[in-house]
Amino acid sequence: MKRWLPFAVFAVLLGFLFVGLWLDPREVPSPFIGKPAPAFSLPVLERPGQTFSPDQARGRPWLLNVWAPWCRTCRKEHPFLMQLAASGVRLYGLNWQDQAREAADLLAEIGNPYVLNAVDHDGRAGIDWGVTGVPETFLIDADGIIRAKHSGPLSERVWNRKFAPLLQGKGS
Amino acid sequence: MIPELGHFALIVALLLAVVQGTLPFVGAQTGNASLMAVARPAALGQLAFIGLAFASLAYSFLTNDFSVKNVASNSFSQLPPVYRLTATWGSHEGSMLLWCLMLAGWTAALTVLSRPLPAEIRARTLGVLGLVSVGFLAFVVATSNPFERLLPVPADGRDLNPLLQDAGMVLHPPMLYMGYVGFSVAFAFALAALLGDQLDAAWARWARPWTTLAWVFLTLGIALGSWWAYRELGWGGWWFWDPTENASLMPWLAGTALLHSLAVTERRGQFRTWTLFLSIAAFALSLLGTFLIRSGVLSSVHAFANDPARGLFILGLLAVVIGGSLLLYAWRFPRSGTPAAFGWVSRESLLLANNALLAAALATVMLGTLYPLFLDALGFGKVSVGPPYFDAVLVPLFAPLLFLVALGPLTPWGQGSVADLALRTRWAFAGALVLAVAVPFTQGGIRPLAALGVFLATWILLGGGVGLAAARRRSGGSLGSLPRGFWGMQVAHAGLAVVVLGITLVSNYQSERDVRMNVGDHVDLAGHRIVFKGATGRAGPNYVADRATMEVTAPDGRSFTLYPEKRKYNATGVGMTEAALRTGVLGDLYVSLGEHLGGQAWSVRVYHKPFVGWLWAGGALMALGGLLAASDRRYRRAAATEGPA
Repeated sequence: MKRWLPFAVFAVLLGFLFVGLWLDPREVPSPFIGKPAPAFSLPVLERPGQTFSPDQARGRPWLLNVWAPWCRTCRKEHPFLMQLAASGVRLYGLNWQDQAREAADLLAEIGNPYVLNAVDHDGRAGIDWGVTGVPETFLIDADGIIRAKHSGPLSERVWNRKFAPLLQGKGS
Repeated sequence: MIPELGHFALIVALLLAVVQGTLPFVGAQTGNASLMAVARPAALGQLAFIGLAFASLAYSFLTNDFSVKNVASNSFSQLPPVYRLTATWGSHEGSMLLWCLMLAGWTAALTVLSRPLPAEIRARTLGVLGLVSVGFLAFVVATSNPFERLLPVPADGRDLNPLLQDAGMVLHPPMLYMGYVGFSVAFAFALAALLGDQLDAAWARWARPWTTLAWVFLTLGIALGSWWAYRELGWGGWWFWDPTENASLMPWLAGTALLHSLAVTERRGQFRTWTLFLSIAAFALSLLGTFLIRSGVLSSVHAFANDPARGLFILGLLAVVIGGSLLLYAWRFPRSGTPAAFGWVSRESLLLANNALLAAALATVMLGTLYPLFLDALGFGKVSVGPPYFDAVLVPLFAPLLFLVALGPLTPWGQGSVADLALRTRWAFAGALVLAVAVPFTQGGIRPLAALGVFLATWILLGGGVGLAAARRRSGGSLGSLPRGFWGMQVAHAGLAVVVLGITLVSNYQSERDVRMNVGDHVDLAGHRIVFKGATGRAGPNYVADRATMEVTAPDGRSFTLYPEKRKYNATGVGMTEAALRTGVLGDLYVSLGEHLGGQAWSVRVYHKPFVGWLWAGGALMALGGLLAASDRRYRRAAATEGPA
């Protein structure tokens, strides 16, 4: 019936809007998921003279957290990263575009949650990993395959939703 | 103390809205005059209390009361006072409060000016507005309290988003909201007509000037928004087909269709059901626009998942207000439609075409805006719909619409003839054809789309001239005695033509250069020579900036200096590009400072934007036309002679 058409269309629209409320339009799936972690070989912040490449972390799942000392949001997730590190998660840092080289001083001051930090001064490794901003966090499994990615600060909520389910059963 | 006062005033306003949304209905149903009369003091009281709440919030902003969470999140001690004031509506909470204030303002204006209306209709109309107000005030009070305190009190605020610190943003949101909310009046009239089963054409005459006025505000709001984007986003774009913009374009398209269908309903008593539907649709789309922006469903300004309460509340409000009115519409759907009493070539048929094309354009914009949401909700992944879609589908819809704009006013009501129309417009047509070739030729080459755009714009202008000449003959040679409604239409259509000219020329003939400049380097663009004289540091009130000095020599030999800036805001550390413009009738020169490349070198972007100013000038003309039409003596006289029933 013609007269009910506007209401019917609106009801369908309402349904979509309701579903839409629970979706995040900014969350774009990373094309890197399911692919091997891009290789790099970068100096280690904590141990001058040594280099780190993702292959060295193989064997158990690990996290790569891309951050920078100039990034305020990174400071916001820092307490949670400390918590993660304390609970035994293997957290590696990618110290991204830190032209002022403040990372070591900053970590000494606020605490270092990372096993180690790879120093990516010019941001090239970040480009290979598809980093668009900081902070970003990748989950890499024991075989060196990227399993999850989060743009923005990590939090308990994000962790339980995106990362914890993937780690369960694999042992972290 | 002041914020608590504001909060309290808001709650009182909510209670008054409940009164306004219930008792007048009961009065109208039972014929109780004193219950119906409650609407007026309730509406005026509501305006006073929401005004008080709004003033309290503005006071907290102006006095830097950072113990108020909203102030702490959106203001800063170094923020200049004018932006502290505009920060009042710069946040979600403040903007919803502004929404309520606007609604109360429209309602109060209606109570004052609607005395001549039949008492039941007046009571029902104000009752509907009261119910809408209940919904929005409850939303603010329950989920978006702008007066929430913050403990411990921060030493300073987090500053207003630097993008919003601009003259265009001072007026854009109030204008836009005035438009959105203004459609509530036509909506309330339509619902009152449906509720009272008085579906004659009378309500169309009452609703028409209000709708026109709302449309004027919405037009200005959209134009200001576009002007702001042009100046502030740093690369001279003026429309992005962004969900936020589409959210304001959809009610505008529905409102434009409504203006034209109201004309038919008022003058000829036709299209009644359709006009009712459009009145509901225009306001429904305003609400939908508010929802789309405020919930973050499409453009996640605030990650929505953090606060589902707000989105759910507005969605519920949408369901009740729009769903309820569409159900009422279906239920009271006039059984006996008025048979079409007009010929194939008549003003009615042209306005019908206008409505069909506007409705199609509206559906197109809506589909493009919501498509990503549809696919995502159905699990088909993420897509984004951008300018290529909108350009491709809207040009074929707007081109015939613009062609008909020139013909509509020249065609008589009832029955006209093609031969007569062709005869009257032959010179306008020929003139437009000549200009369609000549104007693009002077701008650097003929392109099909440029020729089409110029043809349509000049066709509207010349067709308007034909109409003016005919009206002048009919009125015995005096243009001054023509009614304002006629002038309003002519001015608004001319404004549309000016917008079309601006869009056509700037999108076809703009040029840009992206260069690295050292001190003393120059770049040539569209006959201008721009010389980089160096950049120096400068401290603004709440930012520090690198300011470049650019000496420009125009094609006519005159020279002037532009100072584009790269700013860094103190509170947030956010960087902003503040472009420098030289505005002219024939076009703008736009210089934007990019990155510092070391030493004295900077990356610089320069744009030449021919006729871009016509876009906003045309928008202002359209609004002026609307104002003229809304102030036509006919409505004032009609109101005066129409004693209470």
